[in-house]
Amino acid sequence: MTQPAETRLTRRFSKLKAEKRAAFVAYIMAGDPDHETAIEIACGLPESGVDVIELGLPFTDPMADGPAIQAAAMRSLAAGGTLARTLETARAVRARHPDTPIILMGYYNPIYSRGVERFLAEAGEAGVDGMIVVDLPPEEDEELCLPANAAGLHFIRLATPTTDDARLPAVLNNTSGFVYYVSITGITGAAEASAEAVAPEVARIKRATNLPVCVGFGVRTPEGARAIAAVADGVVVGSAIVSRIGAGDSPRKVLEFVRSLAAGVRGEAEHV
Amino acid sequence: MAAEMLNSYRTGPDEKGRFGMFGGRFVAETLMPLILELEAEYGRARNDPAFTAQMEDLWTHYVGRPSPLYFAERLTEEFGGAKIYLKRDELNHTGAHKINNVLGQILLARRMGKTRIIAETGAGQHGVATATVCARFGLKCVVFMGATDVERQKPNVFRMKLLGAEVVPVTSGRATLKDAMNEALRDWVTNVADTFYCIGTVAGPHPYPAMVRDFQSVIGREARAQMLEREGRLPDSLVACIGGGSNAMGLFHPFLDDKDVRIIGVEAGGHGVDDRMEHAASLTGGRPGVLHGNRTYLLQDADGQILEGHSISAGLDYPGIGPEHSWLHDIGRVEYVSATDDEALAAFQLCCRTEGIIPALEPSHALAHVARLAPTLPGDHLMILNMCGRGDKDIFTVAEALGDRM
Repeated sequence: MTQPAETRLTRRFSKLKAEKRAAFVAYIMAGDPDHETAIEIACGLPESGVDVIELGLPFTDPMADGPAIQAAAMRSLAAGGTLARTLETARAVRARHPDTPIILMGYYNPIYSRGVERFLAEAGEAGVDGMIVVDLPPEEDEELCLPANAAGLHFIRLATPTTDDARLPAVLNNTSGFVYYVSITGITGAAEASAEAVAPEVARIKRATNLPVCVGFGVRTPEGARAIAAVADGVVVGSAIVSRIGAGDSPRKVLEFVRSLAAGVRGEAEHV
Repeated sequence: MAAEMLNSYRTGPDEKGRFGMFGGRFVAETLMPLILELEAEYGRARNDPAFTAQMEDLWTHYVGRPSPLYFAERLTEEFGGAKIYLKRDELNHTGAHKINNVLGQILLARRMGKTRIIAETGAGQHGVATATVCARFGLKCVVFMGATDVERQKPNVFRMKLLGAEVVPVTSGRATLKDAMNEALRDWVTNVADTFYCIGTVAGPHPYPAMVRDFQSVIGREARAQMLEREGRLPDSLVACIGGGSNAMGLFHPFLDDKDVRIIGVEAGGHGVDDRMEHAASLTGGRPGVLHGNRTYLLQDADGQILEGHSISAGLDYPGIGPEHSWLHDIGRVEYVSATDDEALAAFQLCCRTEGIIPALEPSHALAHVARLAPTLPGDHLMILNMCGRGDKDIFTVAEALGDRM
């Protein structure tokens, strides 16, 4: 199956590999707390040390997400968040930052509702590089994964503690960009991920693929980010950032926190 | 799959869990291995005579099956047309059809060595049935229920607690049945090792829609045999209410290949099926989408955001419907109509007065459609209405709607 060859995302991971450091992947929800503020925060992420932006697509029923991201989705929807506005957010970031990869993360129904072909065309045009769609396992690849690959967009898959060695090849098939390892069985922002438990799992996945492996779902502090960065190719932080937005922090304060996480990923000691 | 090319309507789903384009396995990767394991184990169990024998023994001696097929003489006189039979699943232990499916799933959970059972519930009937069977087998039971439903279904909440279950009020989202299902999925993804998710309707990822249908099909198998014995022929029509659609699928499925049997599902029309979207009629007022593990008709806005259904019946206000119903709708084998809150309330009162049966608000919707249809049919037309639940749980809701102070 054809997969995207050289893209912003593959170039970014090649560069990080040359610099011998882990990627910092930061998640925010599009439209949270409102459209304009979310754009302001998103556009500030690259200068705050973020290597890859994960942009949440709001959905009423985020089944794999914990309270922080559920609340972010509700705030976004209450403020008029939609798929179209999520793509506007991506477009705004792309205009300011030509090289920072943007990955959409969300659930299938808003995409299905818009129409897969139309969505892929619009996402590509908006400067989106790939997507993580939580409720599309390999068994449903014909829905969006294969069309996305054909459109030159990465379809990034979640591997989890329940993905055993027998199943892993199916999960790695048709995926590209990076593999997102879910560090816990559970929802986003739940238990704290431990580097000791994660390290052998990352190694297990790396034996089966050449793709970078990023770890998320339980990283909330600069210290936690530093520990995970030492054993993986990248660290994803979402709920911890989104919680700051939910608490009413200004974009400047949110980005300060993001900078402290970036310092953690880079192995620098910094506390907030 | 064009309807005219099918030899049978009863062969679905395919190996991907699809009924035509509907169904499937739209779940997070963490759950995928569990769902495959469940599918494999269910495949073994359904071919194991010991499993079937144990289920049938419990259906007979614990649930009280077979439920009677009762000739509703006074309703028949009232409508002055078709001959009305009631399939009395409200006489089951716990007062509804829900326990048919729960028994099957709990026996399966035991086979799989699971010790903790989770369930979602709307009106509370599935929660009560799950709590009941868990008590019977000494299993830990956690029931997720929207905080809004906890408030309007207090007697069932207390019943579940008496039975030893933990009832978790769900405040996320809009705090109703769909949010309870989200929360159950979140629990399952967190407690994968010891937990079995007992879904209450013919929805969710494959194999749930087929599995729940198979367990509920005891309703239709019995009704078919009972009607043959009683009248010497098959019924002319079947009518059942639909939320997720498990009682309807249970009655309909054994009759799908009986081409002369007219089959009608009645959705909850709430305040009326129109642009205000104050109803729970997914088929007549929604469009296809993906939620809770399957593709099916959903109530949703233009952006694909899920809308909250409305119905006077807490058991029907789910924004989706089982995927097999979506398929049967699209190929035209089953007719789907709706009845409003007011029509259901009128039918509820009529059933109490004429038959001495207090029906649940859910089958009252089906009866409301029977009230429209039966008078137009001849006296030799045999009609079965699935009386899938009793109305004790609803008396407070009805009293409030009628302006009666209890």
